[in-house]
Amino acid sequence: MPDVNTDLGHLKELAQNKFRSFGKEIHKPDRNFLWFLRIVASAVIACLLSVGLFLLLKAWPALYHTGLRFLYTNTWDPVGDVYGALPVVFGTLLSSFLALILSVPLSLGIALFVSELAPRRLARFVSFTVEMLAAIPSVVYGLWGIFVLAPWLRTVVEPFLGTYFGFLPFFQGPPYGVGMLAASLILAVMITPTISSIAREIFRAVPSNYREAALALGATRWEMIRLSVLSASWSGVLGAVVLGLGRALGETMAVTMVIGNRADISLSLFSPGQSMASVIANEYVEATSDIHLAALAEVGLLLFAVTFLVNSGARLIVLRLKTKGGGR
Amino acid sequence: MRLLMLFLAGFLASSSWGAQVVTGAGATFPYPLYSKWFAEYGKLNPNVQINYQSIGSGGGIRQLLDKTIDFGASDSPMTDEQLGKASGPIVHIPTAMGAVVLIYNLAGSTNLKLSSDVLADVFLGTIKKWNDPRILALNPGLAQTSDIFVVHRSDGSGTTGIFSDYMAKVSSDWKTKVGSGTALNWPTGLGGKGNEGVTGLVKQTPGSIGYVELIYAESNKLSFFALKNKAGQFVTPTLKSVTAAAAGLKEVPDDLRFSITDSDGAGSYPISGATYILVYKTMPDSAKAASIVSFLKWALKDGQKMAAELLYAPLPSSLVKKVQKKVETIEVKRAG
Amino acid sequence: MITGHLTPFLEARDTRRRVSNLVACGTLTFLSGVAIGALFLVFGYVLYRGFPAINWAFFIETPRPVGEVGGGLANAMVGSLIILLLASLLGIPWGILTGVYLSEYGRGRLGSAVRFCSDMLSSVPSIVIGLFAYALLVVPMKHFSALAGSVALAVMMVPTIARSTEELLRLVPNHIREAGLALGVPRWKVILLIVLRGNLSAILTGVMLAIARASGETAPLLFTALNSRFLSWRVDQPIASLPVQIYTYAIAPFDDWHRQAWGGALVLVVFVFSLNLLARSVIRPKMTRD
Repeated sequence: MPDVNTDLGHLKELAQNKFRSFGKEIHKPDRNFLWFLRIVASAVIACLLSVGLFLLLKAWPALYHTGLRFLYTNTWDPVGDVYGALPVVFGTLLSSFLALILSVPLSLGIALFVSELAPRRLARFVSFTVEMLAAIPSVVYGLWGIFVLAPWLRTVVEPFLGTYFGFLPFFQGPPYGVGMLAASLILAVMITPTISSIAREIFRAVPSNYREAALALGATRWEMIRLSVLSASWSGVLGAVVLGLGRALGETMAVTMVIGNRADISLSLFSPGQSMASVIANEYVEATSDIHLAALAEVGLLLFAVTFLVNSGARLIVLRLKTKGGGR
Repeated sequence: MRLLMLFLAGFLASSSWGAQVVTGAGATFPYPLYSKWFAEYGKLNPNVQINYQSIGSGGGIRQLLDKTIDFGASDSPMTDEQLGKASGPIVHIPTAMGAVVLIYNLAGSTNLKLSSDVLADVFLGTIKKWNDPRILALNPGLAQTSDIFVVHRSDGSGTTGIFSDYMAKVSSDWKTKVGSGTALNWPTGLGGKGNEGVTGLVKQTPGSIGYVELIYAESNKLSFFALKNKAGQFVTPTLKSVTAAAAGLKEVPDDLRFSITDSDGAGSYPISGATYILVYKTMPDSAKAASIVSFLKWALKDGQKMAAELLYAPLPSSLVKKVQKKVETIEVKRAG
Repeated sequence: MITGHLTPFLEARDTRRRVSNLVACGTLTFLSGVAIGALFLVFGYVLYRGFPAINWAFFIETPRPVGEVGGGLANAMVGSLIILLLASLLGIPWGILTGVYLSEYGRGRLGSAVRFCSDMLSSVPSIVIGLFAYALLVVPMKHFSALAGSVALAVMMVPTIARSTEELLRLVPNHIREAGLALGVPRWKVILLIVLRGNLSAILTGVMLAIARASGETAPLLFTALNSRFLSWRVDQPIASLPVQIYTYAIAPFDDWHRQAWGGALVLVVFVFSLNLLARSVIRPKMTRD
């Protein structure tokens, strides 16, 4: 027995040596090709790093000037050259979270319908529709927002909410039409495809014997969904939602066109606001003072950092799920 | 096939093969006039294409300082601080005069009047409703009860510059709380991008008030306020009242940076202003410099005749002579 | 089995379960209906407003001076095509080669770093990419230009193309590579001529989706390509593009511009949808084979 073992060990060593030299014997063109690919692929890393670096460089005067105060002061005043990012951060967060509140039930409903309920052809049609929703360019959503959504909100929805729910701070003030509510609604439609398509994949990845087990025990469809599908995939769903959040935070054009463009903090959803992305879109080419320009770059840097964190978080959740779930 | 040929021919005729492209950007205030000018000038000089983008006066100044464009345009002259940042001397060329008018969207109500103090309080957000007693005092019988929606600019703007220059002159509250400049920290209201954006928002929003250049109000058939001027008269913005405001201009500084808001001439509209084209005295590209200079000369002569039909007031003839002299100082040959 | 006195209780529970099942399934169906409704609401309205705006002049004329009715968006359509072409020239090879690296050599540390950065790059907000391209190209070149706009779009295309190429090449069975290698074909030839070429049509899918996405982007072009009233072919000059033109026209107060904005939106949406459908028709046979 020991003999066999040493023999095996010997053989393994031999083989390893053989393969190692194999690796070193790569043809020169092959090595060149590998290096070429490495350089091209590394350019992606360089690109991401330089985005951060350029923003940092451009934002430096403002960073130096205002420091951390930038994050928690709420005056955005180009005349006095005083810049606090709180209103735009607030605008971004509020519109994104509202969009999530509206979009999460919608997206999960669609994903469950497609993966659990619908007959195959109907499921395919619904998936197709959702994909087309994702394909519509942001600026077209904005156009639709200005001419269809905003007038409808101003004449129908906001007066209604104001009359019957006006005691809540969210539904007070004059109905502008364009504003936080319009931005959140448009965002909700725009992030629904992202969340629902990822959630659908996650629901599909739930092994079918989970479902069969539940059905065999006499569960209704809904009980089957609740007990075997949802409970097995909630962390993946969380990942999908976070990815949707990442998308909402950075969305620019549609939001810029309907949010109302005033850097102000108000609880009312009717009032105009400004998001991080929209303030850059509105003011960057037009900023005159150097500090104003740097402050906008700093907003860009902040937006970059926030989406980076949110998306890497989502990636972590989804990755962990993949390794835990094993190969499917 | 024939259609295809026509198609190609049309394409090439209007395309920029070989033509010299001059890029300018800035004020939206004179954009209707400029786009007419550049189109007409282009017909006379097909080898020069002047591409003008109305990104706002603030943008015109910024991009000129960064030298990403060949000329800038602004309604409020550059400040000393801004001029200090430029890499070379900058020449201000006034091209036309216009009025900043206060447009409103109130169905059925026309011929309304405002005085400067009421106007200031509306834009400061202290007057919130159309049936405020101070508005009713100026406009007896005004039967509007809705909220006032203030619409202002979201971008850096010379129109805002002229407007706030006037407001700061007439209201001390405004001067301390808001100040004057091309971009402001607005106490209330919605932001629209460009004169176009503000007009669009006012048109879309019943009960709103905003400030834009006269042509934007006229071409969209929006009503506007008559304003009380320094002499106490209620004046509607017209070519005549803007010209009257320019007549109140007694002396023009050498660098041509002047203001005609709150002018004391009889019959003058109080929020009037000149709009400028900004160029470096010494441009890096002498061929482009030559094109810009020849365009400016044309604009000061033939171009002025087109101003009136678009509701911009031509420059007074005494001023034109001064400006023409100024244009001569732009270097056409590369220095050194 | 079930004892008599429990039956009514169980029956009641059964009804409750059945009702909640119905309500829940009904809700899920309704929510899917909402998504379909949203698409029809948006796309239908674009059709309704856009269709009347489209005529011959719309495709061959350039914008008229402000206030004059008529003219077209030829400048914007040509501009968009030029920007996309340039962006593709840079973005497609870059993206595909990165994808090849990831699938063929990407198991090491560099591979995961590239994969991570590519994912992060694809989630960078488009406006931030615009800022980047402005700082990188516009300021040093002292010119707004079509080129700067295409670089911004290319940067947005690369992650999509790279990841879809990687996923596809991963599906290529290893024995195909081994067969090539065993015949003495050098690895680079195996990769380029056998692995890549054999799956070109599928890779094209990812490319088309990336182009479709890029063609609707507005924010990265605002500070880079700017806009132009003229039909321009020059890559070193500002250039018009369909999305930016739609944006400019949408926020302006002129009715004729609104009309043209809807027309432009229709052209853009049809273009994007066609690319998507084309991409799906390429990938469909593959999907059903799995």
